[in-house]
Amino acid sequence: MNQGSLLLKMELRSNPETLCVVRNTLAELAQTLGFPEAECRAVVLAVDEALTNIIRHAYQGRTEQPIEATFRRIRVARDGLEQPALEIVLEDRGVNVDREKLCGRKLEDVKPGGLGLHFMRESMDTVEFRRRWGRNQVRMVKLLQAAETAKGS
Amino acid sequence: MLKISVRHLEKTTILDVSGDIDLASSPELRKALLRELRELRTPRVVLNLNEVRYTDSSGVASLVEGLKASRDVGSRLVLFGLSSAVREVLQLSKLLRIFEIADSEEQAVAP
Repeated sequence: MNQGSLLLKMELRSNPETLCVVRNTLAELAQTLGFPEAECRAVVLAVDEALTNIIRHAYQGRTEQPIEATFRRIRVARDGLEQPALEIVLEDRGVNVDREKLCGRKLEDVKPGGLGLHFMRESMDTVEFRRRWGRNQVRMVKLLQAAETAKGS
Repeated sequence: MLKISVRHLEKTTILDVSGDIDLASSPELRKALLRELRELRTPRVVLNLNEVRYTDSSGVASLVEGLKASRDVGSRLVLFGLSSAVREVLQLSKLLRIFEIADSEEQAVAP
């Protein structure tokens, strides 16, 4: 199976203080790939929220736990065409997270919390969770189509 | 790193916030808001977000908590200086309309 071309791999710790480092790095990467500014912000938000979920739920606030982040340029079939995309995979060794806890709340409820998963789904084209070999994995994909079109015009 | 400076006007407190609001820093914002609203019962709290370039869902949660506290104690929470990034996140949460948002500090503190 073609896994795409590896752009960046990061070995992180579950420390909230590192989130800003990841955001800055990812913003640079997304910009380099040609994502428009708003799309860069969307990708950064999705990854930040996913890492926040890992720290809060999988590691239950414990710091110094491992998180692996892999960024690849891939091609995905969409509407009969192969389109370039950014694939982001985050992996942790925390507890098996109850999906219900991540399901968020109704948006019409005005109360704090429960927005992270909603932000991830709104910001990315694909968001998938799975548990395998004792690890949680979240895979997110953002199509580069808009950026490519903008560059080509 | 998040920085919050406090300015007091008559019956109004302005919180000048700078930096990113995320999992690491949102507790500080929450604490500052709840102190002004719940403990000090300040009639109007104005949040200057001019120097905030990023907020995540935990930042939105802190703002919602501040808003609820202001409603509980009968005071006002007013935001101004929203960057595109902050505005987008509030729009994404469908919560933009519930906040009182001013165009400028002058408007936010106007009688």
